[in-house]
Amino acid sequence: MDAPRVTRSSGDHNIRCVGLLASDSSATTIPPSRHSGDRHMISGDFDSSKNPNLVTAIEKKEESLQSSSKPLKAKTTKAERRALQEAQRAAKAAFKGEGSKAVGESDRAAQGKSTKQSSEKKGGPPCASPGDTDMKAGDRSLEKDRKKDAPPPQIQFGSKSQMERARKRGVVNPTESGNGVELFQHLPQYEHRTQLSNLESKFFHNDLVHPAVLEVGLRYSTGDISGGNARCIAMLRAFQDAIRDYCTPHEKVLVRDLTSKINSYVSFFTECRPLSMSMGNAIRFVKSRIVNLPLSHSEFEAKAALCSDIDRFINEKIVLADKVIVQHAFTKVKDGDVLLTYGLSCVVEMTFLYAHELGKQFRVVVVDSRPRLEGQALLRGLVAKGLSCTYIHINAVSYIMHEVTRVLLGASAVFSDGTVYSRVGTSCVAMVAHAFRVPVLICCEAYKFHERVLLDSICSNELGDPDAIARVAGRMDVDYLKNWASEDNLKLLNLMYDATPSDYVSVIVTDYGIVPPTSVPVIVREYLREHLLF
Amino acid sequence: MPDVQTLVNEFLNQLKKRKIEGSQATAKQTAELLRSVISQQRVPHTNQTTALINAVRAVGEQLIAANPVELAVGNIVRRVLHIIREEDLSLATAAMAGLGVSAASDDEDDVERGENSVLSAAVVAAAARSTLRPPSLQTLLEDTSESAAAPHTSSSGGESDGRSRSVEKGSKSRKLKHDVLEAVNELIQDISTCYEQIAEQAVEHIHHNEVILTLGSSNTVLEFLYAAKEKQRSFKVFVAEGAPRYQGHLLAKELAARGLQTTIITDSAVFAMISRVNMVIVGAHAVMANGGVIAPVGLNMVALAAQRHAVPFVVLAGSHKLCPLYPHNPEVLLNELRSPSELLDFGEFSDCMDSASGTGSLHVVNPTFDYVPPKLVSLFITDTGGHNPSYVYRLIADYYSADDLVVKRRPTTGS
Repeated sequence: MDAPRVTRSSGDHNIRCVGLLASDSSATTIPPSRHSGDRHMISGDFDSSKNPNLVTAIEKKEESLQSSSKPLKAKTTKAERRALQEAQRAAKAAFKGEGSKAVGESDRAAQGKSTKQSSEKKGGPPCASPGDTDMKAGDRSLEKDRKKDAPPPQIQFGSKSQMERARKRGVVNPTESGNGVELFQHLPQYEHRTQLSNLESKFFHNDLVHPAVLEVGLRYSTGDISGGNARCIAMLRAFQDAIRDYCTPHEKVLVRDLTSKINSYVSFFTECRPLSMSMGNAIRFVKSRIVNLPLSHSEFEAKAALCSDIDRFINEKIVLADKVIVQHAFTKVKDGDVLLTYGLSCVVEMTFLYAHELGKQFRVVVVDSRPRLEGQALLRGLVAKGLSCTYIHINAVSYIMHEVTRVLLGASAVFSDGTVYSRVGTSCVAMVAHAFRVPVLICCEAYKFHERVLLDSICSNELGDPDAIARVAGRMDVDYLKNWASEDNLKLLNLMYDATPSDYVSVIVTDYGIVPPTSVPVIVREYLREHLLF
Repeated sequence: MPDVQTLVNEFLNQLKKRKIEGSQATAKQTAELLRSVISQQRVPHTNQTTALINAVRAVGEQLIAANPVELAVGNIVRRVLHIIREEDLSLATAAMAGLGVSAASDDEDDVERGENSVLSAAVVAAAARSTLRPPSLQTLLEDTSESAAAPHTSSSGGESDGRSRSVEKGSKSRKLKHDVLEAVNELIQDISTCYEQIAEQAVEHIHHNEVILTLGSSNTVLEFLYAAKEKQRSFKVFVAEGAPRYQGHLLAKELAARGLQTTIITDSAVFAMISRVNMVIVGAHAVMANGGVIAPVGLNMVALAAQRHAVPFVVLAGSHKLCPLYPHNPEVLLNELRSPSELLDFGEFSDCMDSASGTGSLHVVNPTFDYVPPKLVSLFITDTGGHNPSYVYRLIADYYSADDLVVKRRPTTGS
């Protein structure tokens, strides 16, 4: 059942006899998920799809090859790659004494590795994962093989040494004043939009950023694009434009150069606004497609393949998935229902409009909260289409809950322990619904599932603009906090996300069907490992 | 009494227009108004308790009707009525003592003392029953004819006394009013100093490096935290802003000005932050007889979150907030809906509504209060100390009489 372990042991076996049993061992190990009905065909190289680690290993190997300036070999079998890896590890250990070279290699390897890892994590600049440089690169790949399910730790903003290293790379802008809330010192503090001019000048000078990417990044930072799906689609379209306009520079290989370009774009996006889970998974997909490009392809073919892959991702994982979710959720709406929702989730909005079009009689309660007041946008859309709506503030949710029959919520991500990571306030709504015994349905596409686990909302979050709390939109009389910054003891905390425990969630409606929260790690393991890296 | 009437009308106006903020201010003004009513009430020589009670009831009924949601008004009216009965009873027992019949001696052996004593014993027993004191076994075993006469005599206790002793009547009548006014003054004093008494207990509950969460603003909570700060306890406070009134902003500003580490969070972030909080301290609008709390909107959510994370939920309430009524459907009956304009700007949405196709409708709900059931409350801190929610019903017996639960002017029975 446990395919990875089998391969590893056979791999170890093969190290002793390189090249002899390689083909046999690779043929005998078949991942169990292959037999289950999939929506996607598995084609091509199943080795790399089975063990995502190998992709990392390949990348790392390529990086180190670059440093030793050897030409890129044709695709080797897994065992041969493994042997090469071991040899390089030994070489690195030998060079351990020479500080600079080892650090340089490990840094570059770390960069390549962490850019891939960091897309799995939220809220940290991908190019700098200084926490990882503490371990030697060789040890890290071994450990990664062993506990391949453990996502890497995030950049710790509270640690001074890490901040120093990050600043040196020029990736993190050290604008954190001492005024942040203590509990959240480990997260990037909110940088005011005025910093964006520095951002533009810095990146623009180096001519690294494609104009489409720049546009999308700026729209992120102003809050023009918000919502997991919208951000992901915008980013992927920007990548498509960048890829179309891409030309391989002289004496460089497409795969490596394009990957590093994508990395720089991702770090630019992170500067504008920390990445969301959906974006992280999409970036992993793009990078894996780049790496898996057959070497026989010309540049034109490669670019076309990549663009079509991205199109397929958007279509299958987001657009079609949304349609499937709406169909599933619609089966849970009955006549006479009173449905409650919180904030603005595009899938939930689509469900309401679809059900209304098909003639179901129901009421909607829209719960809203400060400072974003996203519910007002949803309210506008629903009232314009002719639904009967009630609008309340989140404080009144226990007042209204006794007349609600179902609660539909959206999510930014769902983690492997069933925790739902969503807009701050979702957990309050789910808790009150649970207290009143109202079922809670989370509508979430499967590409937002993640193998991480999260216990509370403090370890991983995003901090928003504190001034948004001080100012109350539309209420001129509420200006008690005009000069809050001058008060030493006063801090404002604007959390963007929170974690809803899985026991408050009744079911999750995904494109794989209506599943309980306990099925999330199963879906991640069976379907998403292969298909995301497909 | 045109003077008093104008005062009453003025106060009624303020209540109807919701001009008075806060239960303490309301309670104080009610008590002062009733004090004027009592002092200006001319009491007849006979039946003075009833006269006083009826006068207070008449005014009280109007006050309660003006703002039924402001329970402090009704509480104070009932407190004053209870004071009148208590004073009357203590005077009666003192008079009994003066006659040589002790208040406790209502056993059958004293029957031969004569009609006066028997009547007085009946009066005492009936009075004891009416003031919710546990009746002694003797009174329970008393003759039914006596108990039938008791309600009559209780309401006209003063009258029967007056029949037998007309001499002390003049002094007694003055004494009753005097005592009642004294007691009402004490009540006003208690209301004014309730903050200090509650704040004294702050040190017992707040230790070093504590993290406290509160929502909205309450003067009681403010004084409580000040007192703890004065005693050199260092702690941090998270204040949830309490939309749509945003009183949390004010509270946070004042706390920060006093040197406390304060952080303002949005109401939606309460569940996220409560795992790092040691204690939730909030004020209340009213405390009901079952231990339930009428609190500013949003506190039920906070109480549920606190229960989930096993964080103590402490409610600070002065004794004038204690209401002898049991809540039935409190979300509807004891709630007020405020203007939707606090949530939505009408101008922005009117175009959307105009162009709406079909039967689109928009309903905005903006309640003022929330009901927190007693099982979610860990502790009540009042000016009399700390209590469990299950003890609240017993506190009511100290402050209120059973006859006063419905404040309606009764048609006078007898003369």
